[in-house]
Amino acid sequence: MDNLAGSKQLTVAEEILARAAGREESSAGEYVVARVDAMMMHDIFAADVLSMLEQAGIQHLHDPSKVTVVFDHMIPPPSVSAASHQAKARELISHFGIDAFFEIGRGICHQVMIEEHRVAPGQLVVATDSHTTTYGAQGVAATGIGSSEMAYTLATGQLWFKVPESISVVLEGQFSYGVTAKDLVLYLMKAIGSAGAQYRSIEFGGEGVDQLSLADRMTISNMGVEIGAKFAVFPAGSVQTIRENAGYVASHTVSLRSLTPQVAVPHHVENVVDVDEVAGTPLDQVFIGSCTNGRLEDLRQAASILEGRHIAKGLRLIVFPASSHVMEAAAQEGIIEILNEAGAYVGGPGCGPCFGGHLGLLAPGERCLGTHNRNFRGRMGSADAEIYLGSPMTAAASALAGAISNPCQVDHMTSGREPFGVVTAGDPLGGRGEA
Amino acid sequence: MAGLPAIQGRAWLFGSGISTDMLSPGQYVHHPMEERLKHVLESARPEFAGEVKPGDIVVAGANFGCGSSRESAPQHLKDLGVAAVVADSLARIFSRNAIAIGLVAIACPSISEVVKDGDTVEIDVVSGIVSVAERGIVLEGDRIPEPMLDVLRHGGIEPLLASIAAEQNR
Repeated sequence: MDNLAGSKQLTVAEEILARAAGREESSAGEYVVARVDAMMMHDIFAADVLSMLEQAGIQHLHDPSKVTVVFDHMIPPPSVSAASHQAKARELISHFGIDAFFEIGRGICHQVMIEEHRVAPGQLVVATDSHTTTYGAQGVAATGIGSSEMAYTLATGQLWFKVPESISVVLEGQFSYGVTAKDLVLYLMKAIGSAGAQYRSIEFGGEGVDQLSLADRMTISNMGVEIGAKFAVFPAGSVQTIRENAGYVASHTVSLRSLTPQVAVPHHVENVVDVDEVAGTPLDQVFIGSCTNGRLEDLRQAASILEGRHIAKGLRLIVFPASSHVMEAAAQEGIIEILNEAGAYVGGPGCGPCFGGHLGLLAPGERCLGTHNRNFRGRMGSADAEIYLGSPMTAAASALAGAISNPCQVDHMTSGREPFGVVTAGDPLGGRGEA
Repeated sequence: MAGLPAIQGRAWLFGSGISTDMLSPGQYVHHPMEERLKHVLESARPEFAGEVKPGDIVVAGANFGCGSSRESAPQHLKDLGVAAVVADSLARIFSRNAIAIGLVAIACPSISEVVKDGDTVEIDVVSGIVSVAERGIVLEGDRIPEPMLDVLRHGGIEPLLASIAAEQNR
C-alpha cells in the first residue's frame, strides 16, 4: 500500500473499533459504541446470560446468527447442579434460535471457533471467557466480557469500548530446539507484564512471525490476556500489524533464538523464571491441554519426547485434546497410543482441570506443572497446592523425570521403544545418570 | 450527581494480584450461593467472608481481579455487602464486570500503600477522589468513564435490559 510519508495510520485496534462504530477513525483513549461481529458463550455462563434476557422480557436476540455456544467446561457434567445448569442452557439456546451450538465433545470453545470459521480477520468479537484474545491469532480484535455485558450485546448487537493504546512486539529469528510459543509468551509475561500491557492492545509483527504456525499464534494471543491485554493481534488476511505511522506507546523486540524454556512459578503468571532455576522441583501431576496448549502441534511435541518412554513412578500425566478434530488427528498419527503407552490418562476434548472445576484437581500440598494459562492460588483445587506453567515439551520432559525438567536436556534423538525408565520422582535427569 | 452518592466504609486491605480464582474459586462454580460466598477470598484472608459487614470497602494492590471473565467475582463481593473496591490498578474485565453489576470499582494508584486495614475510607464516585479523613489522606483515583457511570446510575446492566425489552416489544 502506498502511504504518504508521515501520514498518520491507525493501529489495528483503532481501525477495527472505528469500522465497527461506523466511523472513519478512532483514537486511543476514546469511548465508542461498536457493532459486534460475533459473540460466543460457553456452558458456565450461557444459562445465566440467556436467563437474564428471558427474565428482562427480551423476546429475541439482535442477530442469533452471530452467536455461538460451546459446551466445554463442566463436561460431561460432574454434578446434578452442572447438569441442570446445562439443561436450562439448552432450552434457552433453542428458545432464542441459536443454531451454532456445539455440544459436549466438540472441544474447547476457542479452538472450535477457529476450526468452525466462526471468526474472520478484521472482526470485533466478544465472548464470556477471558481467553477470547485467542482469535487475535487470526487478526481479530477479540476480548472477554462478563455475563451482563454479553446479555446487553446479545439484545442490542453492540457494546461500548474504550479504544485501547497499542504496543508493538517485533519477533526476530527462529526458536531453538525445545523452545516454543509458550516460552515466548511466558517470557513476555516477565518482560512486559500487566504493568506494561494492562488495557492495551498488543500487535505482533516482524519476520519471526512468519515462522509461527496458527497454533503458535493462538497460544500467544491466548495468553495475551494474562499480560492484561484487551487484544493480542497477529497479521492475517488484510489485517496488517505494526504500521509505520501508527501510534504505539511502547515497542519491544524479541530474538526468538535467544529464548530458553520458561516456567511460571506459584502463585502468579508473572512469576516467570528460566526452567533451569526450578529444575528438580518434584511434581505430583502434569497436565497437557487447554485452549493455550491442547492443539495437535502441542500433543505432537509432547509425544516426540514421550515416545517409547514411561512417566515417572508416583506422577500422573493427564492429557485433554483441545477438540474432536485434534483428538482424531492425534489418534491417526499414533500420538494417543504414544501417550497411553507412556502412562498418560487421555481424556476427551474439553477444558479438563484448567479452570479448577473437575477432572484433575489437586490435594493440599500437591504440585502440578501444566501447559495451561493460570497458576493463581486455588485455581486447580486446593488453595494449598502449587501450580507451575510451561510448554508441552517442558511438561513431557517433567513427566518423565517426575520433576520439573528442561526439555532440551532430554535426548530427543534417542527415543527408543524401551521405556525411558520408571524413575523415582525428584530426579531431573530422569534417572539416566548424565552429568 | 444524582443517584451516585459518596461511599464511606471500613477498609479491608489486600495485596496485589488478587485473582478471580481467589474471589470465586472454580470448584464451587455450580454450588449453592450460600456455599460459594463462604469461599470468597479465603485463600488471601480466611476470615473475610465471615466477618465482612455491609458497607465495607475492599482496598487492594495492583491488578485486582486478574484472570477469568467470571462475573461472580464482583457479584460475590456485592452479595457479601461490599460497597466498593479501590485498588492500585484493576484488571480490565473485572472493572467492566463490577460496573455491569452495579458495584463501584475505582483504580487509585498507590492507595494500598497508604490505607491501613480498618481505616474509614470515603469515595467520591463521580470525581474518583478517595480519602481517609482521620489521617488526612486524599488521593485522586481514575475517573470512572461516563458510559460506565451511566450504567452505575441505572444500578447495573440488568435494570437497563428491562427498558430495552420494553422498546423491543413496543
